Amino acid sequence: MSCFFQEEFPERYFEMGIAEQNMLSTAAGLSLMGKIPFVHSFAVFASGRAFDQIRQTIAIGKLNVKICGSSAGMSDFGDGATHQSVEDMAIMRAIPNMTVLCPIDAVETAKMVKAMAEHEGPVYIRLNRNAYDNVTKEEDPFEIGVPGLLKDGKDVVVFATGIMAVKALEAAKELEGKVSVKVVNVSTIKPLNEAMIVDLAKGIKAVVTAEEHSIIGGLGSAIAQALAKEEKIIEFVGMKDEFGCSAKNYAELLEHFGLTKEGIIQAIHNVIRNQ
Amino acid sequence: MSRQELIEKLEKRAKVIRRHVIEMVGVGSAGHIGGSNSSADIITALYFYKMKHDPKNPKMEDRDRFLLSKGHAGILQYAALAESGYFPKEELKNVKKLGSMLQGHPDYLKTPGIEAGTGSLGQGLSIGLGMALGMRLDNIQRKVYVIVGDGEMAEGQIWEAAMAAANFKVDNLVAIFDRNRLQATGPIKERFDTNPVIPKWEAFGWHVIEIDGHNMEEIIVALDEADHIKGKPIMIVANTVKGKGISFAENNAAYHNGILTQEAYEQALKELED
Repeated sequence: MSCFFQEEFPERYFEMGIAEQNMLSTAAGLSLMGKIPFVHSFAVFASGRAFDQIRQTIAIGKLNVKICGSSAGMSDFGDGATHQSVEDMAIMRAIPNMTVLCPIDAVETAKMVKAMAEHEGPVYIRLNRNAYDNVTKEEDPFEIGVPGLLKDGKDVVVFATGIMAVKALEAAKELEGKVSVKVVNVSTIKPLNEAMIVDLAKGIKAVVTAEEHSIIGGLGSAIAQALAKEEKIIEFVGMKDEFGCSAKNYAELLEHFGLTKEGIIQAIHNVIRNQ
Repeated sequence: MSRQELIEKLEKRAKVIRRHVIEMVGVGSAGHIGGSNSSADIITALYFYKMKHDPKNPKMEDRDRFLLSKGHAGILQYAALAESGYFPKEELKNVKKLGSMLQGHPDYLKTPGIEAGTGSLGQGLSIGLGMALGMRLDNIQRKVYVIVGDGEMAEGQIWEAAMAAANFKVDNLVAIFDRNRLQATGPIKERFDTNPVIPKWEAFGWHVIEIDGHNMEEIIVALDEADHIKGKPIMIVANTVKGKGISFAENNAAYHNGILTQEAYEQALKELED
């Protein structure tokens, strides 16, 4: 991924070796010289291996470092639990001063990267390893902190992020005529626009969250916190406090953990039944 | 000013800085006396001889940068900053108080003159590398000085930075290793032996200079020598004494983060009188 930048701007590209801790602190130093460093590693290593460097110097100092965690979630399906991140958003969300982003598709990622560069302060972005069709369009607006309405509906609202927002949209379309499902793409996990979340869920009791991440500490937790004062029934689609494992392909692995259109449809039926 | 006058002036200043350290620690509560006093002569030479900096304009672009990787000696840096004029010396009385700009470890956002937050050991050298690379990108002909502690030699990231700095051939990065041979819990040789350090740094591709870290002449000669090294980062191994300047604290790990009685406090200040 970083190779594209290297080709374009070789003098501003630094190969830091397999040494994430030094990379993050070096980025801190570059930012203190007025640069806007983007660092890249696997999501699991960017958020885990270099956690202390991010916390101590970058986050406490509100330094302008942009942390790109790739192969996030289950998207590195073959490499197994060691390389699959189920907790990166939870870790990053817990750090004060940190902004946490999770784009739905490539089109939104491109807009996000520009917004990250313009945003003053530390940002973490989690990225999917695999190719899939875009659902957003070039002309769709993007602003950090503003959730995007993918489809309107009145019976159930699904707050989803990353590839699970794509699957939520598929689920909503499949249920058309039976259940009216509103789908919201929450690509800014933090700061979560709580007022907008409350507003988007207004008049709808049944809520589903969906993420390719643990249901502990990620989008689901954030949404539940935002809606804590509302009377809602919430179902959480995500990793149920467990690690990933190897699979031969991405779809097979997502299916294994219920991170599918069907998983979301099931959750929608559950919240309707329980409301 | 003659060389001799310069040395004497710096030595005098170091004594004043050590007095500030003791006054900041005060009586009855713990403070990092040992590691502050082992670095005191080095930091004095940096702030009052070597570095280009402007206390009235702390963000001046064309300045040298200083990082205290062993952030637990923050009170030493506060003393040097106050003596330089970054903030009034009266402010030193507020160290570690609730709401104070002088935190237990250096805080980039709270204290003028602090270039980066440090405290989690082993990270300052990497931050310095980033600054050195930033200077290279912008063609700023200044240096980054980083004081690294003896105990923190055990941190893996130190060696990541050691490899990376040599890889990038940053000759504007000068590390000063405060080799006081003690960590919080006792002698490094007995606790977790990181020796021999000099062959290690040489093998990692650094230009190594070994000095007596309390000999002002040797300190400034080494800092000047660093200006002439090309294509390699510089490591000044400064042999020091933990707690230097206070007889009962010298080479005594109990004063790493020690508490002074009223009697000890008075004796320390007496020993540091001119």
